[in-house]
Amino acid sequence: MNAPTRPIFFDALRRNKSTAIAATVALGIVLAALPFLIGSHLGNSWLRILDFALLYIMLALGLNIVVGFAGLLDLGYIAFYAVGAYLYALLASPHFGLHLPVWLIIPAGAALSGIFGVLLGAPTLRLRGDYLAIVTLGFGEIVRIFLNNLNAPINITNGPQGISGIDPIRLGGVTLAKPIDFLGITVPSLHAYYYLFLALALLIVFITIRLENSRIGRAWVAIREDEIAAKACGIDTRNIKLLAFAMGASFGGVAGGLFAGFQAFVSPESFSLMESVMVLCMVVLGGMGNIPGVILGGVLLTLLPEIFRHGAGPVQQAIFGKVLLDPEALRMLLFGLALIVVMLYRPAGLWPSTTRRREFRGDAA
Amino acid sequence: MSIRPLLEARAIAKYFGGVKALHDVSLTIAEGEIYGLIGPNGAGKTTFFNVLTGLYRPDGGELIFAGDKLQASAPHKAARRGIARTFQNIRLFGNMSAMENVMVGRHVRTRAGVLGAVLHNRKTVAEEAAIRRRAEELLHYVDIADRADDLAKHLSYGDQRRLEIARALATDPKLLALDEPAAGMNGAETGELRLLIEGIRKDGVTVLLIEHDVKLVMGLCDHVAVLDYGQKICEDVPAVVQKDPRVIEAYLGGELA
Repeated sequence: MNAPTRPIFFDALRRNKSTAIAATVALGIVLAALPFLIGSHLGNSWLRILDFALLYIMLALGLNIVVGFAGLLDLGYIAFYAVGAYLYALLASPHFGLHLPVWLIIPAGAALSGIFGVLLGAPTLRLRGDYLAIVTLGFGEIVRIFLNNLNAPINITNGPQGISGIDPIRLGGVTLAKPIDFLGITVPSLHAYYYLFLALALLIVFITIRLENSRIGRAWVAIREDEIAAKACGIDTRNIKLLAFAMGASFGGVAGGLFAGFQAFVSPESFSLMESVMVLCMVVLGGMGNIPGVILGGVLLTLLPEIFRHGAGPVQQAIFGKVLLDPEALRMLLFGLALIVVMLYRPAGLWPSTTRRREFRGDAA
Repeated sequence: MSIRPLLEARAIAKYFGGVKALHDVSLTIAEGEIYGLIGPNGAGKTTFFNVLTGLYRPDGGELIFAGDKLQASAPHKAARRGIARTFQNIRLFGNMSAMENVMVGRHVRTRAGVLGAVLHNRKTVAEEAAIRRRAEELLHYVDIADRADDLAKHLSYGDQRRLEIARALATDPKLLALDEPAAGMNGAETGELRLLIEGIRKDGVTVLLIEHDVKLVMGLCDHVAVLDYGQKICEDVPAVVQKDPRVIEAYLGGELA
């Protein structure tokens, strides 16, 4: 039972401070160089995918607070992404003629999404598991349907056409939509967005880690483990659950705002149930409750469909001499297959927390 | 008696449909004593616990705790007032370590919020260190310090019972309510439990004990109340309770007669 469960790699890092620093520096260099490597070798479409991977990491980390830590199954999470995205779209586009600065909109998006998180959370406090999933699913759909229909009698969301011409993100008077000259290096737009997204993703990782190892984080997990016992320990489960909904939602709101600025276009289509399911898959497949696992899940599930999309054609060409199956159709098939295989062989996720790994091992033993 | 009452239950009633789970139950627990609550299965002992700790709202009567009315509407408020409990079927946070379980118990006596957690300001860091220190102390106190890093669900049955007590003590209770702590324990384990409960009382915590082990209750408690079909049929010192014909009839049967 007391077998070493932490990978040796991390033990080495923990014991040796200079190794840890070296590893951090190496990781930093890789992350900094990544867009240039990908941009020059794979092209801009992969850079866009990389940027999206970072947005999905933020979403997955947000959902992880609700599902992974507090154990509240949420199938409508993408609604908070939508709230953040539409807030940005409404406050910085020709639609209303407003062009507020990004440093105002992104925090406002986080706050508004947090409020929506509480609004969703409040009626579901007594629900758990399947019932909670159904109510949250309904909430996600309601938000999408509202976005679809709030174009009459007053045109707020512009309905299914969505809002276009959204301002690109500007930081300190510099727009990220055009290449930036930085100390003699030309940083293309997609690279600049990458660095901004990376910075915010790292901030969210930092906040999540701090929360996980805090009084609040322990209370979340306690509720997941046994709500009645948590109450008996003096945890105000109502407030702590609402806090989980609000925190998770606010991360989604940040990601949504960035998404709107990055795409310059939002429409209700981007916030379908499928997206909620996708983010949930990232959390579960990566390793529920474990931050590195959730990040891995976010990266993999963003990349895999694209790899299948780009790879399925050439591979068929090489094997059969022609493209037999439409790569677009094939990619979701392969993707589904990959999910099933992972869940069969790694039921706790690809990179489970040490606790969960112990849990599964303990049950097997 | 000059001893102050810590808990006064006045005519507590709790009905489930037509079932009178508790009916007109009044009892007084003095500060610093070990108070036993016994009765046959289904007599309403655990229901009383649930009313006391705020899990159930009583249908009648009131609870006076430490001089003030106990607004038994929410369990976390009861915990804040100083009532801690364990559960008949152990309810630990299975996938948290023993240490973390006890640390959760400190929740109600600590304050750090999201901002403190994220910023790690000096106050939060100090508080977190204090939580850890207290949790370590309590694990030592119940004698399972060597299992601190094990998942709660992987502890032995007896250790899980001890861990539950440590977690309850972490809330700094005035009244510790133990729901059948000796259930499923062998003689040696029960003996150790008895020492533990006596130690807890010596440290100034009043103990309310539901227990089936008659020998343990009679040997340990200062006062005993007997419930039968939701009503209190007797309340006195163990020696008197043991001889009460109503008790013998309802609960002890021929065992001690």
